[in-house]
Amino acid sequence: MGSTLAEKVWADHLVRKGDDGAPDLLYIDLMLMHEVTSPQAFEGLRLAGRKPRHVDQLIATEDHNTPTVDIDRPNPDETSATQLSTLERNCKEFGVRLHPLGDADQGIVHAFAPILGLTQPGMTIVCGDSHTSTHGAFGALAFGIGTSEVEHVMATQTLSLKPFKTMAVNVEGELPEGVTAKDIILAIIAKIGTGGGQGHVIEYRGEAIRKLSMDARMTICNMSIEAGARAGMIAPDEVTFEYLKGRPHAPEGELWDKAVEYWKTLKTDDDAVFDKEVTLNAADLQPFVTWGTNPGQGAPITATVPVLEQIADETARNAAASALAYMGLEPGTPIKDIPVDTVFIGSCTNGRIEDLREAAAIMKGHHKAESIHRVLVVPASSRVRLQAEQEGLDRIFKDFGAEWRNAGCSMCLGMNPDKLVPGERCISTSNRNFEGRQGKGGRTHLASPAVAAATAIRGTISCPADL
Amino acid sequence: MEKLTVVTGVGVPLRRSNVDTDQIIPAVFLKRVTKTGFDDALFYAWRRDPEFVLNRPEYAGKGRILVAGPDFGIGSSREHAVWALHDYGFRVVISPRFADIFYGNTAKNGVLAAIMPQESVELLWKLLEEEPGREMTVDLGERTVTCGDVTLPFEVNDYTRWRLMNGYDDIDLTLQHEDEIAAYEAMRAERFPFKPKTIPARHLPEEPVESARDVEYPDWQGPLCARS
Repeated sequence: MGSTLAEKVWADHLVRKGDDGAPDLLYIDLMLMHEVTSPQAFEGLRLAGRKPRHVDQLIATEDHNTPTVDIDRPNPDETSATQLSTLERNCKEFGVRLHPLGDADQGIVHAFAPILGLTQPGMTIVCGDSHTSTHGAFGALAFGIGTSEVEHVMATQTLSLKPFKTMAVNVEGELPEGVTAKDIILAIIAKIGTGGGQGHVIEYRGEAIRKLSMDARMTICNMSIEAGARAGMIAPDEVTFEYLKGRPHAPEGELWDKAVEYWKTLKTDDDAVFDKEVTLNAADLQPFVTWGTNPGQGAPITATVPVLEQIADETARNAAASALAYMGLEPGTPIKDIPVDTVFIGSCTNGRIEDLREAAAIMKGHHKAESIHRVLVVPASSRVRLQAEQEGLDRIFKDFGAEWRNAGCSMCLGMNPDKLVPGERCISTSNRNFEGRQGKGGRTHLASPAVAAATAIRGTISCPADL
Repeated sequence: MEKLTVVTGVGVPLRRSNVDTDQIIPAVFLKRVTKTGFDDALFYAWRRDPEFVLNRPEYAGKGRILVAGPDFGIGSSREHAVWALHDYGFRVVISPRFADIFYGNTAKNGVLAAIMPQESVELLWKLLEEEPGREMTVDLGERTVTCGDVTLPFEVNDYTRWRLMNGYDDIDLTLQHEDEIAAYEAMRAERFPFKPKTIPARHLPEEPVESARDVEYPDWQGPLCARS
């Protein structure tokens, strides 16, 4: 029997096979670090008198807790300033490469590494952040870890792990006009649930996936964690190689040829068997929006929020009832009738250059609706910001009445000052609609950049076809 | 790490599924650079509600064993979620299903994530609610939970059980395999010479990044839902 893509990458990083129920020891090629989940790991290392084993397989940036305005001025939040200076001090002490706020390569961990060409097929990549699954778009095995594991990787360049199970998600056929990668992944999560991928690596396959660009593939893999999966992967192909070629850290010359030769072997064998398999028909998909407080509580934009009596499962019905109460929504309300206060375009899910182009193309020549409070456009990394400015996208956003911010996680997680106030309703291109995620009492509807832009124009949840 | 063998203490019924890590500890508390002192942050938003289970006098500050619905710990990888549970006093969380990263984080901090079928969780909820504040016992050696006359099995893998019962440190365990790590690295250099290194740094030309400025909205009347 053949192997799946995930099994091949696992096998190529196996330091030691676990015996007697013990986990395997897996080699880690690259660890990405940021200010929030690293300080306790550095402290642990220091207390144990250890040093990073391979400082040239680590890289850090600042993203979660950085302001998106006034980055040239002192940070007024003292606790945040301390967290950022702690990272700077730790990186200096241990010799870790850091791209701090203000640097052209600073940005969300999952955006800056692919742009630098550090994310490559067949690698194992970890970070103290669950959305590390993003890097699986390149055919890397990439997953989020806790802070104890961050310390473990620094000390040993390995992790103790039980092999993940494998799951295939096939998206067959062609996507209808106006349906994007974000809609695909939201539909997948609604179908399999927030625990549907638990313990598994999802491999996204099928015609609709193969046709996606790298930015779109990253959007899909990014939200694997919202389906409960450890990681998401897409087999590398010419689209991947084309994206990588010429990037600062991509191999060159003979090494490039040798790398491509290896990368081409990284695909699931025809006779391999997945532990689980799910198929969606791309032609059936529509723009997708969440109505609840977990990412599995979503529906096509033309649907209504659920009528509770129609949910058979008791746990799901109770969860829906409490979600609708929190969201301030009446059961049965058409999704398109929901007015929003705020629009957030950004995050490691949808803050890349193609996402900004998608939003700008819809906003161009329009102005935000009178009823919309604010539209925040936050590029995922500073390089994305610079490129968008070169293409004139910033002008389109400003003419539209949007704010053009500096790069970072921003309103995705409500850690910096970019937050919702209680009751404020936001259509957001980010990845989580948990209670209070974007600010205490805030109400989040997850959607694609296209839906967010159309909503900003009309004031109620809309897709470009409504314009 | 402290050893965990038998835990006896107040069981807290948390009738919720999909308890995400933003509920366990909101992101604003992640600005701290320490590993302790997160007890007040635990379930921060829910604890503003006087009816929340941990605000009831039978449970407040006494909970040692949390009994929750399925998909506990979904969302962010923040280990702060486990630190907050631990700081509050919880040594065991029981759920029919845990999110993977959260599950991995528990054992690294001397907290047991015990997997029990939904029916067992329902029964424990019923028993705990009949007599709020009652104690229960989790025996890791026997893999059982006892509440009154009822003893139920739970699931935990052998390796995690062994580590928790002995309080072993993962890094020490891994470094026992130093030879094998070194052998892998020698093979890697030979077979995968193209793997990237972050140092020396390579990047596109440095460019100045202009700072955005805050926009004021003096006329904003607050969220639409708050207006008549």
